[in-house]
Amino acid sequence: MFFWIIRRDLLLAMRRQSDVLTTLFFFVIVVSLFPLSVGPEMNMLRIMAPGVVWVAALLASMLSLGRMFSSDYLDGTLEQMLLSPHSLSMLVLGKAFAHWLVTGVPLVLMAPVLGIQYDLPADALYVLTASLLLGTPILSLIGAIGAALTLGLRGGGVLVSLLVLPLYIPVLIFGSGAVEASSAGLGYSAHFSLLGAFLLVSLVFAPWATASSLRISME
Amino acid sequence: MAINWFKYSSPSSFYSLAGKMIPLFTVTAILLAIAGLYIGFFVAPTDFQQGEAYRIIFIHVPAAWMSMFLYLVMACWAAIGLAFNTRLSSMIATAIAPTGAMFTFLALWTGSLWGKPMWGAWWVWDARLTSELILLFLYIGFMSLQAAIDDPRRADKAGAILALVGVVNIPIIYFSVNWWNTLHQGASVSLTQSPKMAATMLTGMLVMALACWMYSIAMTLIRTRVIILERERHTSWVADLHEKEAAR
Amino acid sequence: MLKGSNLVCVRGDRRLFKDVNFSLEAGGIMRVTGPNGSGKTSLLRMLCGLSKPEYGEISWHGKPIGSLSGEYFSDITYLGHLGGAKDDLTALENLRISSALSGTEITEQDAADALQHIGLGGRQLLPVKVLSQGQKKRVVLARLLIGKTKLWILDEPLVALDTSAVGMIKEILERHLAQGGMVVMTTHQEIDIAAVTTQQLQLV
Repeated sequence: MFFWIIRRDLLLAMRRQSDVLTTLFFFVIVVSLFPLSVGPEMNMLRIMAPGVVWVAALLASMLSLGRMFSSDYLDGTLEQMLLSPHSLSMLVLGKAFAHWLVTGVPLVLMAPVLGIQYDLPADALYVLTASLLLGTPILSLIGAIGAALTLGLRGGGVLVSLLVLPLYIPVLIFGSGAVEASSAGLGYSAHFSLLGAFLLVSLVFAPWATASSLRISME
Repeated sequence: MAINWFKYSSPSSFYSLAGKMIPLFTVTAILLAIAGLYIGFFVAPTDFQQGEAYRIIFIHVPAAWMSMFLYLVMACWAAIGLAFNTRLSSMIATAIAPTGAMFTFLALWTGSLWGKPMWGAWWVWDARLTSELILLFLYIGFMSLQAAIDDPRRADKAGAILALVGVVNIPIIYFSVNWWNTLHQGASVSLTQSPKMAATMLTGMLVMALACWMYSIAMTLIRTRVIILERERHTSWVADLHEKEAAR
Repeated sequence: MLKGSNLVCVRGDRRLFKDVNFSLEAGGIMRVTGPNGSGKTSLLRMLCGLSKPEYGEISWHGKPIGSLSGEYFSDITYLGHLGGAKDDLTALENLRISSALSGTEITEQDAADALQHIGLGGRQLLPVKVLSQGQKKRVVLARLLIGKTKLWILDEPLVALDTSAVGMIKEILERHLAQGGMVVMTTHQEIDIAAVTTQQLQLV
């Protein structure tokens, strides 16, 4: 069932590739704006890079949250999912996973290229990519709760950012912290363990909270 | 001990009960605040390091305590409302949020007023200040979500889920901000290393905290009454109430 | 057996209906009628368990549906007025995915046969967005041919259908009822369906 949902959402994403590309280009543009606003001083850029890339990833992932449930809501397929004999939490997990494959993974793949723009050394690039790989699924999982809560509301897009961004803060801190720690020659394994723990916690709680929110929003 | 608590879980009886309790809590809050401020300004000694500026803690610290405590209380009421489908609990949760946000803002504001003479800057990225700021964001998120939903039942339940997610997240956020702060230790500005406090200072702070507590209860009751009236405006008991008021 | 007792529905400040009582046995069809805004769709959504009545209880074989959830969902098929077909997917994909979601996984051949039967032969591989309203409706209705659920809850199933399609739906419904199924439906069209018991629920 889990795989049916993933297959379905991936198929839909394939038919609407522009949505995927918009998110990716948004990410690239936001990251590229920073040198233009603070100047091309390489030393400063190298220090800023992890933070900039992570904040841009947060925003890009959040931007695509609106689509997670709203199109299904509008054409009635979400109603059908709620009436499925399968566990709704499982379906939600599938949708979050598909969201990550479509928005998170391209960001992870693009990050090293952007890191090069900021002149990050090779090992920092590696840590940056790994931290995004570990952190972006959390963004999709937590974001799903916000998307479900704001389903069908006026101005839901802005509202979802208000709800979700504060909850993203730990991911931001550990994700960019890992890169900084590795640049400073400190170990980054603690950061990764904490990101992993946070991922596990959100894997357990987020699908359940999202499923409850969907039932509330659809009533 | 046979008090029928459920009697007061109906909005109409709670409305009249709250009406009787509000003056009580308001008067207590005012008396405690006068006592606390008197201790704070006249009894407590001048701090040898910080001079007179430290006296802002008599409002800053209670406000910070209340801001965190009220979030927990709010989440509890919201959870009860979600689990047992009791409308009144959800209304109380909605009523607590603005007071909680107010205390959070007050804690931030007084914190920055204190920070200027202490650290020479209006704002420092201290772990506690940052956590407090994020708490303010959480309150604002809760209130704007409820404001955006027209159907009160959905608003109650959606708010409850958000509050619960927030409660699970608060320890994680607090921990991560602490971690972040120690990693980037600046000029070691930390509120945790405050010197040993004189007993009168502590008394003043506790009295002020009690005053804030009483004030929160009074405000919550007032706001709950307003929410009850708004939601039950089509029921007969509200119409009767209106007639009684008009006859007076 | 589906039974509703003393159902009350409140939307915002308005009470849509109250004291709705009914009981539907195997082989029975219940038509819900009433003017626009009388709460027909709200009632059907309640019967599915999507929303809860303000007061009253809905039970399925003697148990309240709230306590059954997954078990109940595998016994019902609900076709809402929104349809439930994705515009970007083909008719075939839509049918396979919605069947899988509702608990019956089917092969591509089964899905193609069902679509053929419902009159969409040759259009199975077109994305639904290029189909006409009536054809879209047929894609959704094809689910009735696949599932093995007992209770069908249909919100305006005949809208946008031509006469031949209406005849076909009538046939499908009659076969389902003859096998001991149950149907709850709303429709503004006159249609005469043979059933063991026929009842009408009038909402005002």
